[in-house]
Amino acid sequence: MPEDFVIRAALAGIGLALATGPLGAFVVWRRMAFFGDATAHAAILGVVLATAASLPLYLGTLAVALAMALSVTALGRRGHGADTALGVLAHAALAFGLVAVSFMPGLRNDLSAYLFGDVLTVTRGDLVWIWAGALLVLAGLVWRWQALLTTTLNAELARAAGLDPRREELVLTLALALVVAVAIKIVGALMIAAMLIIPAATARSFARTPEGMAAGAVLAGMLAVLAGLAVSMRLDTPAGPSIVAVAAGLFALSLFALSLFELGLGRAGDPRPGTGTALGTALSGREQTSEGASDGQPPA
Amino acid sequence: MTRPAIRPATGPAAGPAAAALISAKGLGVRHGGVAVLSGIDFAIAPGEIVTIVGPNGSGKSTLVRALIGLEPAAQGRVTRRAGLGIGYVPQRLHVDAALPMTVRRFLSLPVRVPDDEAEAALARCGVTGLGPRQMASLSGGQFQRVLLARALLSRPEILILDEPTQGLDQPGVAAFYRLIEETRAETGVAVLLVSHDLHVVMSASDRVICLNGHICCEGAPQVVSAAPEYRALFGFGTGGALALYRHVHDHDHDQPHRHDDGHGHPHGAAPEDHPQGHEAGHA
Repeated sequence: MPEDFVIRAALAGIGLALATGPLGAFVVWRRMAFFGDATAHAAILGVVLATAASLPLYLGTLAVALAMALSVTALGRRGHGADTALGVLAHAALAFGLVAVSFMPGLRNDLSAYLFGDVLTVTRGDLVWIWAGALLVLAGLVWRWQALLTTTLNAELARAAGLDPRREELVLTLALALVVAVAIKIVGALMIAAMLIIPAATARSFARTPEGMAAGAVLAGMLAVLAGLAVSMRLDTPAGPSIVAVAAGLFALSLFALSLFELGLGRAGDPRPGTGTALGTALSGREQTSEGASDGQPPA
Repeated sequence: MTRPAIRPATGPAAGPAAAALISAKGLGVRHGGVAVLSGIDFAIAPGEIVTIVGPNGSGKSTLVRALIGLEPAAQGRVTRRAGLGIGYVPQRLHVDAALPMTVRRFLSLPVRVPDDEAEAALARCGVTGLGPRQMASLSGGQFQRVLLARALLSRPEILILDEPTQGLDQPGVAAFYRLIEETRAETGVAVLLVSHDLHVVMSASDRVICLNGHICCEGAPQVVSAAPEYRALFGFGTGGALALYRHVHDHDHDQPHRHDDGHGHPHGAAPEDHPQGHEAGHA
């Protein structure tokens, strides 16, 4: 029987994976990786704020992550060069956070815990916060699923159908801030975006529907958490980076497996629909145009 | 699901205007300070098929987008009937390769539909059995038909199609137009169609609007094709003839009419059918 603190760590990670799976899928579909980074890095400032104001850690990170996510969203709507603006914000948030930490003697020694997580010290109280936040994110995404998916597919299609893409974006923004607050203790500010992107990218290789990809991302995330904790215990490596390293290993495996799969199918002459090359799809997600062959097929 | 915010039809509009699904009065749209559309008066009635033609950059897409509410009006106003169900087929729909999406799943956006309805819609649009395919793997023609099937599944009162036949060959265009016409006949849906082809519009169009930043002329297809405004704009290549796709019902293998057939459509129209030519200042 594993020790209590290991079980708590596993439970925390599983809770996190429940939220990062579906949210990570949206981050991948909507190319919000930098957005996730900017929001996550802001969490360090949140830690400082919470400590200075003697607030619970989760409230401080949630508040600052939310402020960051909202300003980034607003910036994006003004049509700034999104990539550059996000890059500036992501690194500025980190830099200001680290500078602020140096003014807080109590925090300086714990800095790596907030950067890389410290899942082995998760308490029962932490577990309540983590699961409450994760379930809230999951519930929100399930509630808005159809609308979110339509908006992600094409904002104009959504508007023509009477949806408000901005409201759906806000759901994602709130969910992202919540996930950052939940994840800071588990994988730390620097690795949160990795937990969003890597499991979702892993699931892409095998998914045929959005739901399949979200579910696959949850599974890949949970597997990474459990295997990463095991590695961490055995090799005495830091838990957060170990989890992310395992997730990256799973991603590489998924690409390898998909390549084999496609090779086999290529011989069978039954191309798996919807994928060009495994690498191209999973890594860059570049467009595969469907131009060209036009069917003069008459309607039934 | 919420409908777009609707402005109640106001003003003294009576008769056909009051019954319009969508209408615009003095509509102007600007892109970055440049006027793309100005002084557009427009209305489409239930069950009507209206085709918009115009050269590149004439504001065709901008007009339909403004009518749907995707573009803000700089001047004038757009009025949509309260609770109007719009089936929109955009000019381009890019399905990101990072997003796995089968045709069947796509049909259930934004509202989930039962399997039998989805299959019937695919069959209706001539793409039976495409359900399990990935959207990204479809050919241009299949993609357009799937978009149409999805638009029809919401049982809209108006179908808005922005250059739906782009990338189709002539038999494909003919078959697509016939599908639209049959759909109108069966369901009574109104159709607003942007045509990318200046010289060929579907014969079932009740009205053709010739657009070039403003409405140059409009009326029945035959009337528009004879209008000096239309000839001034498009009168090259086919001698100004506006050719119509017509059905041939006496054989199975559809032989679409070529652009230059110019087959019998009366150029002389009844006096009351005269196109409403605005001053034709084409610069």
